[in-house]
Amino acid sequence: MSDIREVSVDELRHLVSDRALSGETMLLNMGPQHPSTHGVLRLLLELDGEIVVNVVPDIGFLHTGVEKNMESKTYQKAEVMVDRLDYMNTVGNNLVYCLAFEKLAELDVPPRAQAIRVILAEIQRISSHLLWLGTSAMDIGAMSTFLYGMREREMAMDIFELVSGQRMMTTFIRPGGIWRDVPVEFEAAVRGFLKEMPRRIQEYEDLLLTNEIWLDRTKGIGVITQEECLQYSLSGPVLRATGLAHDLRKKQPYMGYDQYDFRIPTRTEGDVFARYRVRVEEMTESLKIIEQALNKLPVGPVKSNNRKYVPPPRAELGVNMEAMIHHFKIWTEGFKPPVGHVYTAAESPRGELGVYMESDGSGKPYRVHYVTPTFANLQAMPIMSRNQYIADLIGVIGSIDIVLGDADR
Amino acid sequence: MSERLQNVIEKMHSEFEIEVETFRGENTLFVKAADLLNVMQALRDQHEFTQCMDVTAVDYYPAETGRFHVVYQLYSMPHNDRIQVRVRLDGNAPTIESVQGIYPGANWREREVYDLFGIIFNNHPDLRRIVMPQDWVGHPLRKDYPLGYEEVQFTFNFDEIMKNKPHPRD
Repeated sequence: MSDIREVSVDELRHLVSDRALSGETMLLNMGPQHPSTHGVLRLLLELDGEIVVNVVPDIGFLHTGVEKNMESKTYQKAEVMVDRLDYMNTVGNNLVYCLAFEKLAELDVPPRAQAIRVILAEIQRISSHLLWLGTSAMDIGAMSTFLYGMREREMAMDIFELVSGQRMMTTFIRPGGIWRDVPVEFEAAVRGFLKEMPRRIQEYEDLLLTNEIWLDRTKGIGVITQEECLQYSLSGPVLRATGLAHDLRKKQPYMGYDQYDFRIPTRTEGDVFARYRVRVEEMTESLKIIEQALNKLPVGPVKSNNRKYVPPPRAELGVNMEAMIHHFKIWTEGFKPPVGHVYTAAESPRGELGVYMESDGSGKPYRVHYVTPTFANLQAMPIMSRNQYIADLIGVIGSIDIVLGDADR
Repeated sequence: MSERLQNVIEKMHSEFEIEVETFRGENTLFVKAADLLNVMQALRDQHEFTQCMDVTAVDYYPAETGRFHVVYQLYSMPHNDRIQVRVRLDGNAPTIESVQGIYPGANWREREVYDLFGIIFNNHPDLRRIVMPQDWVGHPLRKDYPLGYEEVQFTFNFDEIMKNKPHPRD
């Protein structure tokens, strides 16, 4: 017991204003177990009556030490852990990990694998936005949107199950390509999804777009200006809702996103309503990307031919000595990329998801760091919620689409 | 390397004592810890690197000098390019100036580096642990911090492991 240090109140005094010390304002704990904090987020609120004077977010309840753990695993094993970071964007986490590794090792990805990656990443984006729409509307009181959102998310999950056997933590995208080719039913399943979704999105619009309560609770709430967004390096829908068309899929295209024709939805208000509009319009744009990718899905291999990083096909093992050696080396020692470090970023449903990967030439990553959008967005939450009613704070938390696994890592 | 980045690097090279490293098309500026604030200020104000996307660190234990590298990822919104700034730090009581005044978004990122690497950021307004508990001892992402694990119990060693198992808070 003796080595546990007591944290004194003096260390925390600078977080609140002087008015809190005199008892003029009230300090209130919200969370970590609160239904509207989407996971385990603790907020220290300083309240003047019903008005929020200051918010101090306290994160770390979901810290799992993934970055530390990855340093002692080979590259293939470490990839399995990144699914669990942002559990609403599992494909995106794998994708950015593989992009970083492919940059480090100068691996090429065949066009078919690229197109399948894009399709899966966009389905994941829609599914993440659906869950966001459902939960944030439920926080404000619209229960039925949640049920509808979950229903359609199920279709996305079924597609993931079809291709990888897993509904959430797929690890389907691997360095150099994808795990295996998609089954023949894949195209029909995605076509069904594409056919169904526009009608469903219209349903959400009918439910919310003219809903008085929803409009009252979202318009003019949680405003953040473009300058503040840039200062706090926010990205994703929060930034686009302030009028800046910044999307890494367009600005720094990866995985062949430059071949697809889509629009970046923006709004200028910067409030909760604007973020809601941006996300709903993004779902439609994602559907466009999926359709284009599916229409010209190339035929060919789905893995790179570089045997230093991609295991040989099973059929070769029995007849080819070299294939056997490569197989053995890859699964015992792991891959050995060249010494160096890279930073790669991709657009996750929440914003810029970056990976800093450093290799020392061994089979294990020397350092992997995930630069996560929720971490940045959460940091700017006090700005958005200052001088708002405490009830509107719930809407603000929902609107920045927090996933605590993403923030805490 | 684009012409703009070339110019930026040449300009920075003439003003400060920096080393440039290029790997896979990414440019890294190695900066002296004493110059950091001036370099960052120049990169933001003169060269329009508007955003600091990330602050992190890498531990090169057991190297004695230059044990830590603090890594800043800067992004220029108007020009759509990136540059990396790295600072070598001594392993003995590592301290560095906080860039929080230049890039307010670095606030939490620096807290995370402090928490996980034990690097002190001078003039940081709120340098507390962010992801680990406030009373935690040690800095987990250092290379000399052991990765804990629990030994698997089998029938033949069940009692032995049970005997040595640390039970928290007793």
